[in-house]
Amino acid sequence: MNTRREFLLATGAIALAVHCRPSEATPATMQEAIRKVVGDAEIRRGKVKLDLPPLIDNGNVIALAVSVDSPMTPAEHVKAIHVFNEKNPQPNVISATLGPRAGRAGLSTRIRLADSQTVIAIAQLSDGSFWQASQDVIVTVAACAEEIS
Amino acid sequence: MARAVVTVPPKAKRGEIIEIRTLVGHPMESGFRHDNFGRPIARNIITQFVCTYNGTEIFRADLFPAISANPLLAFTTVATETGTLEFKWTGDNDFALTATAPIAVD
Repeated sequence: MNTRREFLLATGAIALAVHCRPSEATPATMQEAIRKVVGDAEIRRGKVKLDLPPLIDNGNVIALAVSVDSPMTPAEHVKAIHVFNEKNPQPNVISATLGPRAGRAGLSTRIRLADSQTVIAIAQLSDGSFWQASQDVIVTVAACAEEIS
Repeated sequence: MARAVVTVPPKAKRGEIIEIRTLVGHPMESGFRHDNFGRPIARNIITQFVCTYNGTEIFRADLFPAISANPLLAFTTVATETGTLEFKWTGDNDFALTATAPIAVD
C-alpha cells in the first residue's frame, strides 16, 4: 500500500465487495460446479487458450474468447467448452456444445464479473479428456455495483 | 420484441471455415440485483442458444446470468452445402426468438 491511488483502489474494492455480499460463489462452489460437469476425470493444463483482458474497467461487459488446440476431425475434436468463475453469485458462465463441424474449436462472447477473481475455461475432448486454462483478472467496477434508477 | 442480428458470410467455398456472429437484444437481468426499494428483481435471462445448419445442430450454448446484456456469441463452422442457418434463443418468461441466414456454397 504505497500510494494513495492503491489505497483508494483497495478501499473501493472492499466497498464494492461488501455491496454484493448477499450471495457470492466461492472457489469451493466453483469447484463443485466444475466437478458436476467433469465428474472424477482429471483436468490437465494446456491446449485451451483463454483470452480475457487482465485489467477490466467495466465488469458488465468483458470480451471473452476461448480457443482450443484441436484438429476438429470426427475422430478427434472438442465436444464442449465450459467457462467458470470464482466470485460471481453463480459459478457458471457458459457451457457450449460443439463438434467436428465447427472447423475451429472456439467461441467468443461477453461476460459479467462481480469482482477481481480467477476465470477458468475447460474443454472436453472427444477422447474424454479435460483440459483447462485459467486467467486472473482485476475488475475495477463490478457488475453488481450498477444500480437501477 | 427483441431483435437479433446475425452475421454470416453470404457466400463461401466448400470446406471453408466461416465465422458466425450473433447478437440479440435482451436485458439478461441476473436475478441478483435489487430495485430502489430493496426488492429483488426477478431473473430474466436467455438460457439456451442453438444453431442448426440445414437442420443439423452445429452449435449449442447454455447461458447463465454471468453473460452480459445483449448476448453476443461468435463461433465457426465449416461451409458444407448451400442452405440455411437457423438460430434459436430461448429463455425465462417464455422468451423465444428465431433468426435465419442463407448461405451459398460453391
